[in-house]
Amino acid sequence: MSRTAIEAMLPYLDKIYGNPSSLHSAGQEAKEALEAARADVARCLGAQPNEIYFTSCGSESDNQAIRSAAHLGAQKGKKHIVSTAFEHHAVLHTLERLKKEEGFEVTLLDVHSSGVVSAEEVRAAIRPDTCLVTVMFANNEIGTVQPIAEIGAVCREAGVLFHTDAVQAVGHIPVDVVGQNIDMLSLSAHKFHGPKGVGALYCRKGVRLLPFIDGGAQERGRRAGTENIAGIAAMAAALKEACAGMRENAAKLTALRDKIVAALTKIPHSRLNGDMEHHLPGTVNMCFEGIEGEGLLLHLDDRGVCASSGSACTSGSLEPSHVLLAIGLPHEVAHGSLRLSLSEYNTEEDADRIIAAVPEVVEYLRSMSPVWKEMERGEMKHLI
Amino acid sequence: MALYSEKVMDHFRNPRNVGEIPDADGIGEVGNARCGDIMKIYLKIKDGVIEDVKFNTFGCGSAIASSSMATEMIKGKPLSQALELTNKAVAEALDGLPAHKMHCSVLAEEAIRAAIKDYYDKNGIEYDKSLFPEPDEDGEIHG
Repeated sequence: MSRTAIEAMLPYLDKIYGNPSSLHSAGQEAKEALEAARADVARCLGAQPNEIYFTSCGSESDNQAIRSAAHLGAQKGKKHIVSTAFEHHAVLHTLERLKKEEGFEVTLLDVHSSGVVSAEEVRAAIRPDTCLVTVMFANNEIGTVQPIAEIGAVCREAGVLFHTDAVQAVGHIPVDVVGQNIDMLSLSAHKFHGPKGVGALYCRKGVRLLPFIDGGAQERGRRAGTENIAGIAAMAAALKEACAGMRENAAKLTALRDKIVAALTKIPHSRLNGDMEHHLPGTVNMCFEGIEGEGLLLHLDDRGVCASSGSACTSGSLEPSHVLLAIGLPHEVAHGSLRLSLSEYNTEEDADRIIAAVPEVVEYLRSMSPVWKEMERGEMKHLI
Repeated sequence: MALYSEKVMDHFRNPRNVGEIPDADGIGEVGNARCGDIMKIYLKIKDGVIEDVKFNTFGCGSAIASSSMATEMIKGKPLSQALELTNKAVAEALDGLPAHKMHCSVLAEEAIRAAIKDYYDKNGIEYDKSLFPEPDEDGEIHG
């Protein structure tokens, strides 16, 4: 968490402990903080304050946005949704449920080996009964950025609501809900050094949100429950800071990322995932053939590198990452993936540590891998 | 609590018996790269006793640790005893495995069994076929 976010949070855990629904002065002070945070978040997105709804996380925002659009669509007999194959599970599982329980039809667009969809593909998938297009702003695993403004324009033209899961994008790359033709947008505080357990949903004026939690009149009746004032204030502070430093941070991260990519792609039979032209500044996703990701992560952790992987073992399921499968990687290759998420707090020394550690660990794990040995002996083909 | 016990981490960080035996008497390979685990066990056998054992594993931390622990448990033991090694015993020796990682210990048991069967087959030694169930199409016997 950023120091700014922590500082912004503390007063609401201590001196300003009022409930914003209360009329007494402590409550009203909290209410002021809530509305100031709303205005700050709105400004960072190019939205109006009354278009921002605070939630508990990005997943909640995704769920509420999609279900609201589905509800509106169903009222008009429109029960078709367009999305992509590599959305976050908060989106995919919500769509799956709408399919199973409410008879919706869902078209998941191919994301190609590049990990980028085109607005034209979205246009081609829209039908007369399409009620929603939901396409993530940037992919959480491989970091590819989608042509959001163009997709938004296509949706506007077709009169279809457009939601984007922008959890990975907000605070890192320019987001402007008006200029990018976005009707609904999900974000999560911890992705820009805010606290965990706080998110927001932007919903354009005129689009009616379905209340997700019934109860009190908080969030203008769209989300009942006493507000997490400390978390919300910290989220707003973190977002303001991230947006103010965006250009500088992106330049720094891109340089670090490119340095790491240049070094790690020298490892034989490795693959860099996702189109690097349309990419988040701080995300690196690679596959190394002949090894399994979890072993790589554990050894890297021992060397002071905290990374993640799309292998089945790290996901707790038998299937490797749906994102890596969606960009066409075979299961065998997807198991050997490494994801590095850099932030502006990372240093040149961190990059050097990664550059030293990864080839060493890959080589070590390959030295005990029967798969790698078969490939080296020519008994099995290299896939990458 | 950490995902893995200290024992698992020790065998993962410092795996025992890693390698190949060029003139192995029995080799067993189980698992499937598609599923993310392959274990290959090499046995050197003299007078019905496992003189040496080595392994190569493609897999997660618990797969590597299970291979290491299982090879330790059968080294120097008669084949009859090695055949009695169960995946539960391997997991217990590692101070437990998370539930979704138990299949790694199953792979270790099966790899050893496959290597012994290979030895029997190569040497025309009679054995009780019921001791060696056929792996399913994934190439592994799920426990």
